[in-house]
Amino acid sequence: MTVVTLKIDDRDVSGRDDETILEIARENGIVIPTLCYLEGLSIAGACRLCLVEVKGTSKLLPACATRVSEGMEIHTNSERLTQYRRTIIEMLFAEGNHICSVCVSNGHCQLQDAAVALGVDHIGVPYLHPHRHVDASHELFGIDHNRCILCARCVRVCDEVEGAHTWDVGVRGIEARVVTDFSTPWGDSDTCTSCGKCVQVCPTGALFAKGKSAGEMTKQSEFVEYLVAMRGRRS
Amino acid sequence: MNKVRMATVWLDGCSGCHMSFLDIDERLLALADKIDLVYSPLVDYKEFPPDVDLTLVEGAVSSEEDLEKIQRVRQRTNLLIALGDCAVNGNVPSMRNAVGAQAVLERAYLEEGLLDRAIPQRGVPPLLPTVLPVHVVVPVDLFVPGCPPPADAIYYVLTQLLEGKEPDLSSMTRFGK
Repeated sequence: MTVVTLKIDDRDVSGRDDETILEIARENGIVIPTLCYLEGLSIAGACRLCLVEVKGTSKLLPACATRVSEGMEIHTNSERLTQYRRTIIEMLFAEGNHICSVCVSNGHCQLQDAAVALGVDHIGVPYLHPHRHVDASHELFGIDHNRCILCARCVRVCDEVEGAHTWDVGVRGIEARVVTDFSTPWGDSDTCTSCGKCVQVCPTGALFAKGKSAGEMTKQSEFVEYLVAMRGRRS
Repeated sequence: MNKVRMATVWLDGCSGCHMSFLDIDERLLALADKIDLVYSPLVDYKEFPPDVDLTLVEGAVSSEEDLEKIQRVRQRTNLLIALGDCAVNGNVPSMRNAVGAQAVLERAYLEEGLLDRAIPQRGVPPLLPTVLPVHVVVPVDLFVPGCPPPADAIYYVLTQLLEGKEPDLSSMTRFGK
């Protein structure tokens, strides 16, 4: 491990060379928007919301999945990045069926928050209106695929923290969706421990506790970081 | 002083946005000094008039009637404002898009145990195959999301526009508010 110095948004910052751009930005109070990233889980790099500009490369790099190096010059907040991030949010809205007003997570949704933060007040890309399903077969929880943005936080927390690996991403391309076991009803799952970790880390209203009405589903995902830190200390 | 010629239009929505507009309460009196309401479900003009300065549109575009109406409104309006989630993003009316208009009609009129089981053909406008947000059909100048947008947000938009300023709504409303 060595200490490196770099510039983020023209500010001189430093960190360890095994840290990511996102980690160092957060340590320094620089806000980079994220959706699929969750402290304590492995890196997915799936949502692309945290793309940043790094001097010397014409490609945009995901801040969550890019290690820092000595002398890096990074911009996190250009007009171009904001425009891309807005388009990402618009595509996420258009790809599913996100009806905020009747959603259990209305007012507590990270997709909704991201839209506000980026000034998305309407969706400029064509809506797909996909025909997706709801699986309410589990005794305690439900999944509404209409609201799923495929961040795979549920997949990761179930595998990496709970150790059950009930969730996976099944099917390809536009048909991709999260599945339980071998795409069988959640309520029939032999592997699910009903711990509810997947529900708590889901950034939208896709995973929810049964019995919640519109706007009633609040979630607490901070336990992941705590659990992972405590386990790391023990071993 | 010339009053601003304002209109409000109700397409496929629940009228909650119009209720929220009325929730401006006594501030409506101050607005009334500056605005001439030339067309609205709240007043009794039958035809959408020409040369309207400002129109608030509630509701999504769901039927052939909505489509004709919004095109005429756009032609005759200088500044068109999408008011509320149905107008901005389709909201609840657009939930039928995943299954299609025919499935909704069959469920409502054929499967629900009515005495006279038939999909109505006369006296009601035919549904469009897909419910559309207003901006997909005609250009929209300003978006006011919310279900409904809070009265304060509507009042803020109107007062800013009357003063010739561009409103910034990001802290006042959002999808689903």
